[in-house]
Amino acid sequence: MDGMRLLLLIFFLMIWGCRKEQPDGQSSSASAKHPEQITVAAAADLKFALDELLVAFCAHHPDVQVTATYGSSGSLFVQISNGAPFDLFLSADMAYPQKLIEQGLAVYESAFRYANGHLVIWVRADSPLDPAALGMSALVEPSVRKVAIANPQHAPYGRAAVAAFESAGLYDSLRDRLVLGENVAQAAQFVESGAADVGVIALSLALSPAMRDKGRYWEIPQDRHPPIEPGGVILNRAKDSAGAQQLRAWIVGPGGRSILKRYGFFSPDE
Amino acid sequence: MDWPAVGLTVQLAFGTAAILLVLGLPVAYWLATTRRRFKFVIEALVALPILLPPTVLGFYLLLALGPRSPLGSMVLSWTGTAIPFSFTGILAASVVFNLPFAVRPFTSAFAAVNRRFLEASWCLGVSPTATFFRIALPLAWPGVLTGVVLSFAHAVGEFGVVLMVGGNIPGVTRTISLVVYDQVQALDYAAAHRTASVLLAFSFVVLCATFATQRRVLPI
Repeated sequence: MDGMRLLLLIFFLMIWGCRKEQPDGQSSSASAKHPEQITVAAAADLKFALDELLVAFCAHHPDVQVTATYGSSGSLFVQISNGAPFDLFLSADMAYPQKLIEQGLAVYESAFRYANGHLVIWVRADSPLDPAALGMSALVEPSVRKVAIANPQHAPYGRAAVAAFESAGLYDSLRDRLVLGENVAQAAQFVESGAADVGVIALSLALSPAMRDKGRYWEIPQDRHPPIEPGGVILNRAKDSAGAQQLRAWIVGPGGRSILKRYGFFSPDE
Repeated sequence: MDWPAVGLTVQLAFGTAAILLVLGLPVAYWLATTRRRFKFVIEALVALPILLPPTVLGFYLLLALGPRSPLGSMVLSWTGTAIPFSFTGILAASVVFNLPFAVRPFTSAFAAVNRRFLEASWCLGVSPTATFFRIALPLAWPGVLTGVVLSFAHAVGEFGVVLMVGGNIPGVTRTISLVVYDQVQALDYAAAHRTASVLLAFSFVVLCATFATQRRVLPI
């Protein structure tokens, strides 16, 4: 019966393991002892900029704890409309926050624009291509086998990239070379790792410390694609949350602006 | 290492293995001992998560557990929280996709038990439940352990379903395999290496232990 006893012991250990403190992501009391928890769903172009911004924000607001989840704006939108517990949504395309407002899931008055999005052609430092000299035609050079973009079905930067290819008349010749990242940060990773030869990614990622020194980029002129208009909104579950309001104010205020600007997120009037 | 994610993953894996031990043993015992003709249907249902793409499983679980489904809306009105994108959600998903990893080893272990012992026990007037606990389970025990260990390890490593049902929320549903995905996208290859190598070593050790137990190299 020794085996049996061991089995029972393992079983009880498992039950005990499961009972151990559940993570309480839901608590929203803002007392001094328990900092208010804020969860942010953020578009992948914010990956590095928002990390830096949140460090600065939390230094000024020790009573608020912020965790961020990154993904393509479209898939975050689907998660939120299916009840994902986020407090603040930062989308690469204002259309998604607007849809959430229409669905009654986000607070109308809290919607805000924080920047214009810029699209760049990025190559690794060891690439023979010079996107600054070649412009869009760098993408159709014979040496280019794979071009990484974000998935245009649910990522705004992917849609903008496809629109830029179409306006340059290159889409048909590029179609077979495209590799799609789930979001624009994954597309950047594809080209940064050398798996793709060229990437069409967000300027904010090209300017991030992780990529800045590893490659060259050329900005695709804004008139080549419909504008990328990032924006955010506070979701209904956080409509009474002081922390979410403070974070929103910080992003549009001078503290957030100065960091966002360094990542190429210029506000519409700058 | 992202310790909150490690803690969360361990909780998820323990929870999955514990629930599957309770749910899987009766199903496996029934499959191993029944002589009903339609049992192949149940066998196929149990094995389905091995073949199903994680996206299909994730999509249907999201529909089945979401606030618009009967089950989801019932839980929502009782507890006030929706199942998807919560720890409960990924635990439920984890139990479903690990079903074959527990039930199949359990079933083959029970099937290997000599039926004469069970019949002798029944004929001596021992109840079927007592026979199960006193004869079948002790004899089948190495296989049961294999099933528990495999479902534990597989729960640690699952990615697609957890991403779809859990939504990658730090401290709530971001398990260790999602951390690797995020670290690669953040171009933090050093951190990704650290996390991935721990997972690699873990998986190898688990499989070694499993095979050693089956060959009776380890004295359990």
